[in-house]
Amino acid sequence: MTAPTESILEVRDLVKHFPLNYGVVFKRQVGAIKAVDGVSFDLRRGETLGVVGESGCGKSTLAKLLMALERPTSGSVRINGRDITTARGAELKRMRRNIQMVMQDPYTSLNPRMTVGDIVGEPFEIHSDVAPKGGRRQRVQELLEVVGLNPDHINRYPHQFSGGQRQRIGIARGLALQPEIIICDEPVSALDVSIQAQVMNLLERLQNEFNLAYIFIAHDLSVVRHISDRIAVMYLGKIVELGNDTEIYDNPTHPYTQALLSAVPVPDPEGRETRQRIILQGDPPSPANPPSGCHFRTRCWKAQDVCAEQEPALEVRPGSAHPSACHFAEVRDVVNAE
Amino acid sequence: MSNATVAESAKDKDARPEKARRPASLWSDAWHDLRRNKVFILGSILVLILLLMAAFPSLFSSVNAYDPSTCDLSNAREGITSKHWFGTDNLGCDTYSRVIYGARVSVIVGIATSLISAVVGGGLGLLAGYYSRWVDVLLSRLAEIFFAIPSVLGALLFLSAIGRENAGAFTVVLSLAVLAWPLILRIMRAAVISAKNQDYVTAARALGAGPGRIMLRHIMPNAIAPVIVTATLNLGVFIAAEAGLSFLGVGVQPPTISWGLMIGDARRRFLEAPEPLIFPAIFLSITVLAFVMLGDAVRDALDPKLR
Ligand SMILES: Nc1ncnc2c1ncn2[C@@H]1O[C@H](COP(=O)(O)OP(=O)(O)OP(=O)(O)O)[C@@H](O)[C@H]1O
Ligand SMILES: [Mg+2]
Repeated sequence: MTAPTESILEVRDLVKHFPLNYGVVFKRQVGAIKAVDGVSFDLRRGETLGVVGESGCGKSTLAKLLMALERPTSGSVRINGRDITTARGAELKRMRRNIQMVMQDPYTSLNPRMTVGDIVGEPFEIHSDVAPKGGRRQRVQELLEVVGLNPDHINRYPHQFSGGQRQRIGIARGLALQPEIIICDEPVSALDVSIQAQVMNLLERLQNEFNLAYIFIAHDLSVVRHISDRIAVMYLGKIVELGNDTEIYDNPTHPYTQALLSAVPVPDPEGRETRQRIILQGDPPSPANPPSGCHFRTRCWKAQDVCAEQEPALEVRPGSAHPSACHFAEVRDVVNAE
Repeated sequence: MSNATVAESAKDKDARPEKARRPASLWSDAWHDLRRNKVFILGSILVLILLLMAAFPSLFSSVNAYDPSTCDLSNAREGITSKHWFGTDNLGCDTYSRVIYGARVSVIVGIATSLISAVVGGGLGLLAGYYSRWVDVLLSRLAEIFFAIPSVLGALLFLSAIGRENAGAFTVVLSLAVLAWPLILRIMRAAVISAKNQDYVTAARALGAGPGRIMLRHIMPNAIAPVIVTATLNLGVFIAAEAGLSFLGVGVQPPTISWGLMIGDARRRFLEAPEPLIFPAIFLSITVLAFVMLGDAVRDALDPKLR
């Protein structure tokens, strides 16, 4: 057996550029949307990595690259040492067993023409050696029970369930092949606030039960705090800061992380009065034409000439213990502000 | 953990029992709507009678219209009598029994053409929409070539080219289907393109599903509704086209009985004896109308947005 701390997912220099074409008949490539622009990280067995960033920063594209639903422009995604980005045919199919996803919108992620039994049982039909034919129905019912659904509802159609229940069906489908990694792309953002907590609790329980590793994507820091062991903050296709709970929430060093944190609602009413909100100037630049050097410099209050000339690497900076992609990285506790 | 159990036990509040009583799939939802639709009921009664007529004409007429001995030249162009409800034609044959026996060709041509064009156009549309790139370019350009030909005119040209000796129900079906599949391809292709970008297709790909499973299990069931609607509406169109081609002499040939042929035979003596023209024309119109009613009702039931 492998040691529990070993990485099961190694992402290196992952890049995805969507070509921008111009012209109807003769297509000319006039540029590229740099949706993911050099992302590297590791994921350990049983660990949760939260990925946070504004809309359009490339989180879903990253998820699709990890799932081999899109081919990267360059870079590698190794699952247990094997690169899924170059895998084809039977090998790719075998690797898919180990990495599954839960999608954002439970209303579009389930085929409306299939019963719950068919949806959750489809993984067994595709990978017919996982469960014997006669035992599949029972396996599906077990899975429904695991995610907290009534196993007698196996013959119902998705529209007969609520959003939260549908998301449970999606989770059951993701669990069917007993993967080690599950990518959750904003799995609760389409749900009512009251139901979000239930689904988050379910995901946590399943993680403990099956020793799953999660990549948990969200667009704000408050959602991932509770569930994540480490958090990666993304801006315009790059990870700008990566650290554990206290590193990111109490000792953020990247100005973008600090700005995001200052916008997070604080449960403690006393904290609210004393802390300062950092309000970012302008909108994020287009990923088709990102600024030179540091992508964040156009909205950053610390920006100097060097930021336009030199791209800051994601590395451990003096004065802190976790990597940050800022030339002027410095700890600033925005949540428990001075 | 106890916190989690408490929160999760609340999940039943999340259920919607009132929804559970609703009928299950799209098809049973559609059926639920159709059963209450008067247009659909009237249309299906008419179509049912027509189908019976085509399958068992002897149920409706004691006279076998295909038996020449039932015709009596001395009774030609007789008006309506108690023996000949719809009068007799130029050869003294009973128009009523001929109208009944003429239903068969209409039904066969209508259903066969609609089915063939739906299967060919639907199948190729599925491939074109799913594979895009060169498969799509090839199939779509091919469809455009046929699409550019006005359909009845094209069939007329084709059938006159092959000559009367070779004409018959089979060639009518063939010539109409060749010109009809491109429209179905376009409809299917558009529906497939919108279905293939759905999240559930991505989820199936993530599970490792191959193209066959994705197309047949995930895309087709979600893209087929507009094809079914068009195929149903087309039934009436093809029946009218068959009658038109037979009327012009390039379609079904005698001794086969067809409404179009009957109208063609009766038109020269229309003023003298209108019955042999009027009755097949009425049957033809009602038949086309019945299929249009059916198609409209099916469209409303399958896609309320189109209403
Ligand atoms: N198939 C595609 N072709 C071209 N551009 C794309 C494609 N998919 C995504 N993009 C672009 O890539 C960028 C990143 O998109 P992505 O969906 O990954 O963002 P995201 O972080 O998931 O945002 P959100 O929070 O809104 O889900 C966007 O600018 C988007 O327009
Ligand atoms: Mg997204």
